[in-house]
Amino acid sequence: MRYLPLGQSDREEMLKDIGVSSVDDLFVDVPKSVLLDTPVDLPKTAGEMQVERSISAMARKNLGTSQAPSFLGGGAYRHHVPAAVDHLIQRGEFLTSYTPYQPEVSQGTLQYLFEFQTQVSMLTGMDVANASLYDGATATAEAVMMAARVTKRKKAVLSGGLHPHYRDVTLTQARFMDFAVESADVDVEGKEDLTALIDDKTACVVVQNPSFFGHVKDLTGLAETCHEKGVLLVVAFGEVVSLGAITPPGAMGADIVVGEGQSLGNAVNYGGPYLGLMACRQKFVRQMPGRLVGETTDVEGRRGWVLTLSTREQHIRREKATSNICTNSGLCALAFNMHLTMLGEVGFTKLAKINHAHASLLVDRLEEISGVELVNESFFNEFTLRLSKPATEVVDALVEKEILGGIPVSRLYPGDSDMADLLLVAATEVNTVEDMDALVNGLKEVL
Amino acid sequence: MPTHSISGNRGLQIEEQLIFEQDNPGQTGVDYPDIPQAKNRLGGLDREGEIGLPGLSEPQVVRHYMRLSQKNYAIDSGVYPLGSCTMKHNPRLNEKMARLPGLADLHPLQPMQTTQGAMELMSSCANWLCTLTNMPVVAMSPAAGAHGELCGLMAVRAALEDQGYARTKVLVPESAHGTNPASAHLCGYSVESIPAKENGRVNLDVLKEKLDGEVACFMLTNPNTCGLFENEILDIAKAVHDAGAYFYCDGANFNAIVGVVRPGDLGIDCMHINLHKTFSTPHGGGGPGSGPVVFSEALAPYVPVPYVVQEGDTYRLVEDEASAEGKPFGRMKSFHGQFGVFVRALSYMMSLGSDGLRQVARDAVLNANYLAVKLEGSLSRSYEGVCMHEVLFDDRFLKDTGVTTLDFAKALLDEGVHPMTMYFPLVVHGALLMEPTETESKQSLDQFIEMVLGLTERAKGDNARYFEQAPRMTPRRRLDETAAARKPVLKWVPPTEEA
Ligand SMILES: Cc1ncc(COP(=O)(O)O)c(C=O)c1O
Repeated sequence: MRYLPLGQSDREEMLKDIGVSSVDDLFVDVPKSVLLDTPVDLPKTAGEMQVERSISAMARKNLGTSQAPSFLGGGAYRHHVPAAVDHLIQRGEFLTSYTPYQPEVSQGTLQYLFEFQTQVSMLTGMDVANASLYDGATATAEAVMMAARVTKRKKAVLSGGLHPHYRDVTLTQARFMDFAVESADVDVEGKEDLTALIDDKTACVVVQNPSFFGHVKDLTGLAETCHEKGVLLVVAFGEVVSLGAITPPGAMGADIVVGEGQSLGNAVNYGGPYLGLMACRQKFVRQMPGRLVGETTDVEGRRGWVLTLSTREQHIRREKATSNICTNSGLCALAFNMHLTMLGEVGFTKLAKINHAHASLLVDRLEEISGVELVNESFFNEFTLRLSKPATEVVDALVEKEILGGIPVSRLYPGDSDMADLLLVAATEVNTVEDMDALVNGLKEVL
Repeated sequence: MPTHSISGNRGLQIEEQLIFEQDNPGQTGVDYPDIPQAKNRLGGLDREGEIGLPGLSEPQVVRHYMRLSQKNYAIDSGVYPLGSCTMKHNPRLNEKMARLPGLADLHPLQPMQTTQGAMELMSSCANWLCTLTNMPVVAMSPAAGAHGELCGLMAVRAALEDQGYARTKVLVPESAHGTNPASAHLCGYSVESIPAKENGRVNLDVLKEKLDGEVACFMLTNPNTCGLFENEILDIAKAVHDAGAYFYCDGANFNAIVGVVRPGDLGIDCMHINLHKTFSTPHGGGGPGSGPVVFSEALAPYVPVPYVVQEGDTYRLVEDEASAEGKPFGRMKSFHGQFGVFVRALSYMMSLGSDGLRQVARDAVLNANYLAVKLEGSLSRSYEGVCMHEVLFDDRFLKDTGVTTLDFAKALLDEGVHPMTMYFPLVVHGALLMEPTETESKQSLDQFIEMVLGLTERAKGDNARYFEQAPRMTPRRRLDETAAARKPVLKWVPPTEEA
């Protein structure tokens, strides 16, 4: 077997040194009744060719977003990732190392995480960022629990524009922590006012910007309302590229910022692995979950990096830790860090502008189709349409034409009949004019 | 005669600045077409001012990361015997498979008729995991081991709530990983710890005493974090169930028993599996992982959404609680889990097959026992007899040498290998936990043994200073962690802002 270096003679020699006659003798602590003496009923060893054939066959049954005009978003976005990024993250020294527990031989990992933390704080306009969480949804739940620790209050208010998965993960966590969550009504139009839900028992208000439905909002007023009542404002985002074009949450008064970082460096991957981002104000850093990398010096006075403030973490504090997270999204953070480094200030802001321009041009054309109505007054690269027919039917009909035409909002709000006609459409830099033609013509035929 | 180079570089060890210190304003490594003319619909919220990102061209970026990579140790470089972490070889076929068009470029919310192959793949991965563990269902969505623990405990709590009372406590052995108590806390439980017996296993008598009507769950790592199989596990399961509690197994050490023992035969109710350990998906310097949780019939109704169901030839994702059959306790994560990690794990399982996976456990255990026998004459083994896939030593052998476990580990860095896990588990003093895994050859183990024995001899020969000063030859020497924590510098700031 190609992954197992021991040969039969090695095994025999080693057994002799150990002083037993067979490997079975090393399993003496296992109760006899549960010890298997033959392999379980599954296929046997297979070579690379066979495995490649089987998995490729499964892949061929799918219609990938690179194989069809595709306009899907909803918290996962297809962007162009420069070739160098995927090449470099596969260097064995990055790919096959563990969490940097021995800093002297992990400076590569530690330095890129320090760069990553810096980039995330710059994008969000916040003081500090951590070295990643699992994804945008779990980061949101972590932010709510963090706000509870900071404020010593046990209630959160969630905007009706928050991604339904971010909401559900937060609700699930809250239920088990005996923590109250008030979810505002679904905010399709982007016009909600949360003021009435905020009181002096509220730990935090969580809003998404751009919202799940695509609205871009000025949150400064909400931040003021929150701060007057000692409430923290948590701002979430599902599309990190938006931060290249719109006012960052930090500039609007956010206390904690969380979001999904998949767009930079990472493929859509049918939903994972992704990259949870979290940033906050300096004064809350000791309540932050997750790993943090800090600068220091070695015994020769040379600059270097280490994992720091680990008294927040599970391996030191156990049940009193700020979170249970251990393994995070390291390599996804590296891909993010590299992609953003490739882009730089000029490339990143241009990327954001192209995204917005593509979405805006697409809207101009879609609005001319009868049976299509734009819901949004503002958006970045994603917007909501109200169709004259149920969106699921429309999307299914577009699939027949090999077009991935967007996300029927009802998929994320099952059972809510008001949502049936809503379609969420995203456009990024990868969408060509031909893609847009295909969608426009397809919709004309289907509606 | 000068002793340092002018640059600070040491041959191939190149000093590398932060990207922010290499800024060439206006430069970029990505060329885009011009921005099309279009109406601005940002609602008046255009970003103002500079973000502060540095400008670098592609050659500079490539060199930067190349140099950074060279400051890292990795399983590709050599033995990485980090106990409890299962640092095994990461096959490159897995990487190739995860990048196939039709997998990597699938959007999670595409219509399900366009992702049948992806759901088939998830279902196949789930089937391997259920068969290897002899458990009826698996929740695929948790993102890592700790997240799986939380998922398992949430199911436990939901089941107990259904029975009328959620109870208040979770019991964990003293030797448990820190994530166990942390996960219990996140599930609203208080934590009590169970001491170990002389032989490193759970003290069943104490456990039985503690198993009162307030205990919701007992969490046990098996093989445990001392590298020992819990030989009374069947009695433990019975005692836990007799008390009306559930039995959680931390499956971080599944590599020791995969294909040899099925956890479902041990009476457990749920267990997470770290695909990034037993199933060879890369750790990536800290992640991503994946922590599917297998469940017994008793907890099966409570598995969270989403999950894949097969109806004839068609696959479907059940994504919301209302349309689920059982009583899902909620949702752990956005979308459907760490799909890219599932592809890698499936590629690995298919490659090894049921026979190869069994051999994995047997070779992993053989390698660990080989280390144990070769080292126990010079180092102090914490527990005698056979071990499973990892072997635990403590620092008694360093008594009166002036050398600590930390010093010893740092000296190993100069030998060009990654040290074992240090100071975990907490049940022995100055722990050194070694897990060679099955992917080390005998030759590589022999070299490692020689280094460890050589260093032991050196430690015992009045050489404390040598160890205190180690490492000397690594890209950095010992770093001041106290200073880092006292005045945290967590990001780069432009020099002008510093003062
Ligand atoms: C025994 C044990 N339990 C749980 C975990 C947590 O797993 P993860 O890091 O995947 O969250 C680990 C590994 O770090 C472990 O060694």
